[in-house]
Amino acid sequence: MFENISPQLLFGQVLLGLINGSFYAMLSMGLAIIFGLMNVVNFAHGAQYMLGAFVAWLLLTYLGVPYWGALFIAPVVVAAFGMVMERLVLRPLQNLDHLYGLLATYAIALIVEGLVRQEYGSTGIPYENPIPGGVNLGFMFLPYYRLWVVVFSLVTCIGTWLLIEHTKLGAYLRAANEKPQIVESFGINVPKMITLTYGFGVGLAALSGVLAAPIYQVSPSMGSGIIIVVFAVVVIGGMGSIAGAAVTGYLLGVVEGLTKVFYPEAASVVIFLFMIIALFLRPAGIFSGREAA
Amino acid sequence: MTTNRILLILLAIFAIAAPFFLYPVMLMTVLCFAVFACSFNLLLGYTGLLCFGHAMFFGTAAYVTGYVLKTTGVSVEIGILAGAVTAGLIGAFVGYLAIRRQGIQFAMITLAFSQLIFFVLLQSDFTGGENGMQGIPRAPLLGVVDLTDHLSHYYFILALTVMAVFVYYRVVHSPYGEVLKAVRDNQPRVESLGFNPERIKLVSFIISATMAGMAGGMKATVYGFATLTDVSWLVSGEVILMTLLGGLGTLTGPVFGSAIIIWLNDELSGLGEWALITQGVILLVVIIFFRRGFVGEISALGRLLRQSRKHERGGGVEKAEAVAPVNDAAG
Repeated sequence: MFENISPQLLFGQVLLGLINGSFYAMLSMGLAIIFGLMNVVNFAHGAQYMLGAFVAWLLLTYLGVPYWGALFIAPVVVAAFGMVMERLVLRPLQNLDHLYGLLATYAIALIVEGLVRQEYGSTGIPYENPIPGGVNLGFMFLPYYRLWVVVFSLVTCIGTWLLIEHTKLGAYLRAANEKPQIVESFGINVPKMITLTYGFGVGLAALSGVLAAPIYQVSPSMGSGIIIVVFAVVVIGGMGSIAGAAVTGYLLGVVEGLTKVFYPEAASVVIFLFMIIALFLRPAGIFSGREAA
Repeated sequence: MTTNRILLILLAIFAIAAPFFLYPVMLMTVLCFAVFACSFNLLLGYTGLLCFGHAMFFGTAAYVTGYVLKTTGVSVEIGILAGAVTAGLIGAFVGYLAIRRQGIQFAMITLAFSQLIFFVLLQSDFTGGENGMQGIPRAPLLGVVDLTDHLSHYYFILALTVMAVFVYYRVVHSPYGEVLKAVRDNQPRVESLGFNPERIKLVSFIISATMAGMAGGMKATVYGFATLTDVSWLVSGEVILMTLLGGLGTLTGPVFGSAIIIWLNDELSGLGEWALITQGVILLVVIIFFRRGFVGEISALGRLLRQSRKHERGGGVEKAEAVAPVNDAAG
């Protein structure tokens, strides 16, 4: 079955898989950070990713802000929205069962997606590629923008990981998750830290959205399409590990790309099938460091 | 007790008379979703499991029931049974795997499973893909009773609903139901008493999936078609909303929740995305302010009134009990 597969197709799909994987990685990393500190599964993550792309498009269309400006402004705008949401919605729920956090963010996702769709319709809007062109590697054509996405997301993921795992700030975050009272007694404003962390996770989602805008079209449903896959990625990687979430994201993106080459019919379900296998073999997640929950 | 009995009789009279002054198809939709929401409530309200993909049972069963009725010519109850059993089997598989992860991850896993099933149904031949399955006949009941007109079909659906709600009531009030609630509230203690909480949860999940399947099968016979919408996460979200709005862990809550949402969807159906936006807003308001839901808040109000009457001469009204985590509403 392998002889009739051209290297162009193979490497093209691997690259595409790596691109998808970049988004999975950044989104699942944001989810893992938010979950790690707040124990909230942020269902609105997909909607916030979509908002990132939309804000970038709005900035370009109405204010003439180019991609490079949007790459910075859109995440800040969406993160601000996220922080308001944290204060108004998640804060009152924080002492209740964590299911309420999930359901409340789901409700917000419904509202945001519905409003955007109502205002701009459900068809995708193209966003101009800021780095047109590419390089011919002989066995395949590599568009510059795709290269940029992969490199940028890798840098973002590694940077975030270093920030959380190897700085004092990250140590505070992890400590605040374990023993918030003790961290507060050191004079650290834990509620403010929670708000900022949520904003950071949301900003990461919006940043992925801006990155995605020139590749996919900007559409209201881009978030709800990806969030369920990202949930599966997080389940496979295990909820606890930020690095695990990112690595699993890249791997599964590539696996999905390869499936498109060898067995296209299964491409949309392969990540879910991996989840089933992972649940059989490692009920606690492959990066959880434990054998069972 | 007596007021409950009076309410029950009134409800029965209303249910029997309703199709004469309300559109029967809409009433049947309410009943199907009421059964669906009851099945969901059994899980979240009484077992503490949030299944975020409950539509996979509902929608798959609708397809299976439709397929059986279209291709074999069996009577309607066999068709619905086939849908319910299929849903139960899927529930056994999904439950077996998903229950390995606690709490919030259970929700994410069930959501992912429902998406998997969505794609499988999308690509299967028998479902008709994106067009859905059309032309599901209204087969006669037991092979003899004709159900083609809306009125007789309504009474058939009503009878099934009463049966399903009765089974649900029996499960919740059985010794097994007590163990379920105990698992919800304190799993380690249940374990220390010699029960196997995983198995208890799995059985609850399978019962719930079967019941959701029955609701899906019923809906397929009502509309004569089955579509991918019934399997989508939107419907999974809708049943969550119905249950929370009606009152989590209450017996009649799901019925009210389903009636309110179906009515609302119907009212807002011409307004584009506003139906969905409204659903989101209602869900948010219920979560932040009225976690006991419609029935839960009303019975809490009733309790409060009775209490204040009792304490009229005493030291004033007792503080209303603090709103608890998930599922603390009255039965």
